[in-house]
Amino acid sequence: MLQPEQPAIAAPENLRWVEAKRKFLPYAYLSPTLALLAALTIIPIATVFLYSLVDNVIVNPNPPVFVGLDNYETVLGDRKFRGALGNTLYFAVVSVAAHFVIGLSFALLLNTRLLGSKTKALFRVIYILPWVFTASIIAILWRLLLNPHGVVNFVLLELGFVQEKMEWLADRDLALNTVTFINIWAGYPFYMVSFLAGLQGIPDDLYEAGRVDGGNSWQLFRFITLPQLKPIIVSLALLDFIWTIHQFTLIWMTTGGGPMRSTEVLSTYTYKAAFSSHEYSIASTLAMIILAICTFVGILYVRNQRMTDA
Amino acid sequence: MVGGRAQLRGAKLLTWVALIAGACFAGLPALWMVASAFKSNLAIFAYPPALIDHSFSFNAYLAVLGDARQLRFFFNSYLVALLVTICTVVASILAGYSFSRYDFRFKRFLTLVIIGVQSVPPITLMIPYFGLIVWLGLYNSYAALVLTYMVFTLSYAIIMMTGYFNTLPRDLDEAVMIDGGGSFVTLWRILVPISLPGIVSVGVYTFMLAWNEFLFALTLTRTNDMRTVPIGIHLLMGQHSFEWNQMMALSVLGSLPVLILFLLFQRYFIAGMSAGSIKG
Repeated sequence: MLQPEQPAIAAPENLRWVEAKRKFLPYAYLSPTLALLAALTIIPIATVFLYSLVDNVIVNPNPPVFVGLDNYETVLGDRKFRGALGNTLYFAVVSVAAHFVIGLSFALLLNTRLLGSKTKALFRVIYILPWVFTASIIAILWRLLLNPHGVVNFVLLELGFVQEKMEWLADRDLALNTVTFINIWAGYPFYMVSFLAGLQGIPDDLYEAGRVDGGNSWQLFRFITLPQLKPIIVSLALLDFIWTIHQFTLIWMTTGGGPMRSTEVLSTYTYKAAFSSHEYSIASTLAMIILAICTFVGILYVRNQRMTDA
Repeated sequence: MVGGRAQLRGAKLLTWVALIAGACFAGLPALWMVASAFKSNLAIFAYPPALIDHSFSFNAYLAVLGDARQLRFFFNSYLVALLVTICTVVASILAGYSFSRYDFRFKRFLTLVIIGVQSVPPITLMIPYFGLIVWLGLYNSYAALVLTYMVFTLSYAIIMMTGYFNTLPRDLDEAVMIDGGGSFVTLWRILVPISLPGIVSVGVYTFMLAWNEFLFALTLTRTNDMRTVPIGIHLLMGQHSFEWNQMMALSVLGSLPVLILFLLFQRYFIAGMSAGSIKG
C-alpha cells in the first residue's frame, strides 16, 4: 500500500524544485548585468543625489552638513547655470533639427533609383565617414580646418563669403554656432543609416498606389514617406537630443566652454565645478539636473518605443 | 517621350550635383586630415594651402610610430576595447537569453531600467565614479575603464541581443531541452552558434563605443602609460608647440581600427546603428 504513494509524495517535491529553478534561472542569467547596474548605476546615482543635498562633501575639512534643496536654489538662481542651460538647449535643438534634415536628404539621395548600386555603395561609405571618427579626433580636425590661417578661411576668403580671417572658435559671437556645426557634421550619419533602413522598409505598393492616384513626388514624400518614417524620426530625435546633452568631448576639446562661457554647456560646466573648482555639492546638483532632463526625454523615448512595438 | 527623357536627364544631373556636394561636405575634412599628416609642420598653414605639397613625407607617421608613449596609447585602447567587447558580449548573451526565453516577475521593470540606463548622462556618474573607483583601489587601472565603459555598452548590447534571440524560433531550444539538455547547454550549443551575425553586430558596435570613450578615460586614469588614444590626442593638444602633422597622423592611425571594422562588417555595423532607433 505504501509503495504507490512514494512517487505521489516525491513528485510535488520535485516539481517545487523545478518550479524554483525555473523562477530563479532568469535572474541567474541576468546576475552579471544586475550586479554591474547596481554597483555602477543605481548606487552612484543615489550617491550623487545625496551629495546634492549636502554641503562640504569629498574634499573639505569640515564635516558634511545636510542643507536640503539649498544647492538647487543656488544653482537655479545662478546666471552661469542659466547661460549653460540656454547654450545646451540651443546646441541640442539646432543639432537635432540639422541632423534630421541632412540625414534624411542623404538617405533619399542614396535610395534613389537614378543611380547604380555600386555608385550608391561608394557614396554611402563617404557619407558615413564623419561617424568613423571619435569625438576628440573630430575636435582636433576641425580646429585645424577652422584655424584663422586654415583652409576654411582661405576658401571662404577666395569665394568672397568673408572679408577677413575669422576666429571661428575664439570669437564669442561665432563659437556656439561653430561647435554646433561641428556636432552636426559629426552626427548626421546615424540618422542617414537609420533612414536608409527605414526607406527600404516602405512597401513599393504604397508608392504605386500614390502614383495611380496622381500624386507628384512631393506629395508622395509628404503623404507616404514621412508618415511611414515617423516612428523612426521620433525615436531618433529623442535619442539624439539625449546624446547631444551628454556631449562633452567635442566642446571640451574645441573651446573648453569658452570664450567667455559662450559655448559653456551643462556637461562642461559640471565638469569644471567638480574638477576645477572642487565644488562637489554644486557639481552633484548640476549632475542631478542634467539627469532629470535626460530622464524626462528618456521617458518620452520609451513611450514612443512601446507605441511602435504595439 | 522626348520631354520625359530630358526631364529624366535633368533629374539625374541634379542628383549627381547633390551627391557630389554631399560628398564634399562629408569627405573633404577627412581628406584634409590624411593630407595634412603627410606635410611638414611648417607647411600646415602654408599660403595658399595645397592638398599635397613639396614637404610630402611619412615623417609624421614615423614620429608617432617611433614614440613609445604614443604606441602605448594604442596598446591601451586596443586592450581596453577588446576586454570591454568580450565582457559585454558574454554578459549580453546571458541577459538577452533571459529576456528572450523566460517570463519572470520583474521582467518588464528590468527591461525599462536597461533601456533607461542609456539616457543616464556620463557626467552624472563621473563624480561618484571617481570616489568609488579610488575606494575600490582601481584608480588608474584597466579594470576601472572596463567596468565603467560596460555600463554604457551593456544596455545597448542587451537590447540588440534580446532582439536577435527573439527572431529565433523557440522550437529550436525546446527540442534540445526535451532531449535532456539544460538551458545553459541549449544557449551555448544551439543559440549562440546560430546567432553569430547578431553577436558580431554587438561586438563591433561595442568595440567602437569603447574605442571612442573619453570622459571616464580622462577622469579615471592619471599616468601617461594608462591613457587611451582619445586622451592621448587631448594631451598632445595641451602641449605648447602644436605638432599638427603628428596629431593628424595620430588621428588617422586612431581612426583606422573603426574604419577597417566598418568596411569589413558594414552590414553588421548598420544593423547595430539602426537597432536602437528602429526596434528598441
